[in-house]
Amino acid sequence: MATIKKQSGIGIGFLGLILLSTVLFTTYENKILWLSLSFLLMTLGGLFYFQTIYGKPLPGIKNDGVWFSSLSSRGLSGWILGMGLTAFYIAIYWFPEILGFNSEDKSSGLVALFDPLSYFLNGQAASQWFLYGTLYTFAILLFGVKFIWKYWGNRYQLFRTLSVMFFQLCFAFLIPEILAKLNPSTPYFAKDLKNMWPLNYYFLDEWHLTNMITGGNLGLFFLLFGLGMIFIGSPILTYFFGKRWYCSWVCGCGALAETAGDPFRQLSSKKLSVWKFERWMIHVVLVFVTVTTIAALWSFITQNPEMSLLTREQFIGGVVLFLFVLMTILFFWKKNGLEKDAKYTLVSLGSILILSLCIQGFSGQNNILFLNSYSFQKWYGFGVGAAFSGVLGVGFYPFLGSRVWCRFGCPMAAILGLQQRLFSKFRISTNGGQCISCGNCSAYCEMGIDVRAYAQRGENIVRSSCVGCGICSAVCPRGVLKLENDRLKNRINPTIYPLGNAMEVNS
Amino acid sequence: MDEKGPNKSIVILGNGISGITTARHLRKNSSHSITVISEESPYFFSRTALMYVYMGHLQFDHTQPYENDFWEQNKIDLVQKRVQRLNTQEQTVVFDDGNTLAFDALVLACGSLPNKFGWPGQELKGVQGLYHKKDLENLETLSDSIATATVVGGGLIGVELAEMLHSRGKKVHFLIRESSFWNKVLPPEESAMINLHLLAQGIDLHLSTTLDTIEGDATDRVVRVHSTQKETFDCEWVGLAVGVSPNIDFLKDSGLALGKGIQVNRYLETNLPNIYAVGDCAEQLEPQAGRKAIEAVWYTGRIMGETLAQTLTGNKTAYQPGPWFNSAKFFDIEYQTYGKVSALANPEKESQLYWGHSKKNCSIRLSYHPYTLTFMGVISLGIRLRHDYFDRWLQTTTSINEVIQDLTQSFFDPEFTPNYMTDILNEWETQLSTLAPNP
Repeated sequence: MATIKKQSGIGIGFLGLILLSTVLFTTYENKILWLSLSFLLMTLGGLFYFQTIYGKPLPGIKNDGVWFSSLSSRGLSGWILGMGLTAFYIAIYWFPEILGFNSEDKSSGLVALFDPLSYFLNGQAASQWFLYGTLYTFAILLFGVKFIWKYWGNRYQLFRTLSVMFFQLCFAFLIPEILAKLNPSTPYFAKDLKNMWPLNYYFLDEWHLTNMITGGNLGLFFLLFGLGMIFIGSPILTYFFGKRWYCSWVCGCGALAETAGDPFRQLSSKKLSVWKFERWMIHVVLVFVTVTTIAALWSFITQNPEMSLLTREQFIGGVVLFLFVLMTILFFWKKNGLEKDAKYTLVSLGSILILSLCIQGFSGQNNILFLNSYSFQKWYGFGVGAAFSGVLGVGFYPFLGSRVWCRFGCPMAAILGLQQRLFSKFRISTNGGQCISCGNCSAYCEMGIDVRAYAQRGENIVRSSCVGCGICSAVCPRGVLKLENDRLKNRINPTIYPLGNAMEVNS
Repeated sequence: MDEKGPNKSIVILGNGISGITTARHLRKNSSHSITVISEESPYFFSRTALMYVYMGHLQFDHTQPYENDFWEQNKIDLVQKRVQRLNTQEQTVVFDDGNTLAFDALVLACGSLPNKFGWPGQELKGVQGLYHKKDLENLETLSDSIATATVVGGGLIGVELAEMLHSRGKKVHFLIRESSFWNKVLPPEESAMINLHLLAQGIDLHLSTTLDTIEGDATDRVVRVHSTQKETFDCEWVGLAVGVSPNIDFLKDSGLALGKGIQVNRYLETNLPNIYAVGDCAEQLEPQAGRKAIEAVWYTGRIMGETLAQTLTGNKTAYQPGPWFNSAKFFDIEYQTYGKVSALANPEKESQLYWGHSKKNCSIRLSYHPYTLTFMGVISLGIRLRHDYFDRWLQTTTSINEVIQDLTQSFFDPEFTPNYMTDILNEWETQLSTLAPNP
């Protein structure tokens, strides 16, 4: 009975998807009908299917058969889905005409199907990005409902999921579109308040800054809010709650990873070697985006001295001072909390950065850091913005797990992680000696943290990469893990806690 | 590093939690040569996690807490061979291929074997326990041919087996000797909650039912079991989960003093020099007050390993487990306990306060001394508690009033979990008002 229900759910959902895909080959007259029909079918089919599996009255974590399912264990379905998603991302980023997008004239096909919704929300014809945004939001909402069902009984998961669903629907999708409709004459700038620099890597690019500054009160508000979040809002929130306030409560990438990506969270690698690679990779991206941004600001100031509050010299001086103070504080005040290689990275990259800035900045050239800022921006946009966050980040869900982008590539996660590691009240507490080393926590950590390695030693988990999704705590069969915000003292190593011994053994 | 003497050759028999903990702590504190022998598996894995492999939550690799090159990096030699016997005169272990390995010190951490009480048919195909890695593999091989399973024994492994088989869509008969689930450990309310939970999950629960005979077909595959209560259960598989016993048969002629297990003193030393025993297979000659001589529990195995490693690296240390603690999960209900809470308390020696949620599967029970009001222990279902709080309360003499006062702080459930403290206090109020102030 349950099987029939499940299969009919899948069937109805796929019918909707197929309906949507047929538009790739033909154009429908009544777009509203076909658009609503396909979304309705996908919603109904999905809800029906999820209800059958997860909608039981008994709470409890339902990971039965995760490693038997071909979808969630890199089997055939996983491969098909992964390749399909990857193809879709490649089309969106580089070949939108396949989807019917026409930059010169009226779009057709899939993109055009979304015209009615696009006109309704923002008053313009749909672009491939509108199509993408709609599908993205739809996926978060539909799979969000599934996630809530699956983790029913765990309120942390409930509130967190409602939060990402809300932020995606309102902040990422509806508000920007409506604002665009209300301000048709202002030049384009990103209107997703939660999409902060450096996740939004072009926030401080010349064209974007110019558009915000010339974008009236609204543009100015977004500029000030954005800067306020970077320098004040985010550090304060991260201090009190860890980076989870963003990564698993607000962020759109996190939202998709946590909802649609949930079936793949166990595919992240927990190997030590991968952790080492991760630490290098994510900081390289961070340095890359910082350099790009400084270069962008430099060229903005150079070319728009009338719009700038700072002169070139003041700007370079300020950047050097800021980086210098930051590095000094980190190095001397927190040196015991840093791993050796992290220290080397920090110092060497910091010096290179400061040195190059000095040489280039005061020599009066238009290029900074020996590089042309436009080509830098372009390459960042291609390499990190599209290939990494899109194709690898989502397309590879079924191969590498749901948080590849967040783990290896997101510069925002790197900054928040650095602060989380060094200056935050957040930690995952381990419950004394109750760990049985079963490995569920590590297996289901989407960030590839070997949670068990800490838990079995009775040690708290304070890792820069932890996004605070809380699944380790949810799947622990012995109540060993708890995400919490508490005093800074003894955050990383609680007083050597005996694992049930009456004697003191340093484990 | 141990500077106190020349390096010794230490051989550890068994790569479970006890043996591996010993090895790790030996390495941490010394440069002795360390060899760990196990026939069962090349690498250490978490035995308690075998069930999750069958249920598809984990792959077998996930149950291995250390990466495979960890052992070589830490110079811990692993040998996958079967040990036939010990030659205690010459201080060697003898493998079944006739080879020998000499030791300066030998640590026996050879674990347990599932009990079988001589039931007719207990050797049939499809009748097994769940302890060994091989047991998991057997079950996996047979799994597709099982529609109905019978699990015998209402303890922790029994309920795990029931959950495992149930998760793969098998009908499960759960035969329990007692009149209520695990009621030698769980007080009546808690035990009843688990009974209801098992039924709600769809388990065919048969209380006060004992196994009589197991019947096979012409191919020696089990087809049904008969209970002593004259009931018959058709099934293709039988899980025996009626406890475990120390795995000591191969030591019979070794000269080691054996009781139910390998007898050891407080320093985990056997009667023979340079031979020690830890974990499930060790039988304490002088167990601590209120503790059993053999405790086949993950945690005690780990504590013994830590302790013995101290002794072997020059810091002679007696086995001193702190206050008792344990945990388990019965399908979706988590269980934790610290200290002592009797299933049926003697009112002269132990008073109890109980609170249970009217709808949800949550309860908490505190025990204390009726006269001194000293806090003695806690059992919780569906509520996570902090080990360090209870450990501290139990190690120092703490009054029940103080524990109740700080109880909220000891809750360890995820953020936003409803806190039932008001409810709990209301429930306990009447009993609390009769308590004398803290002496």
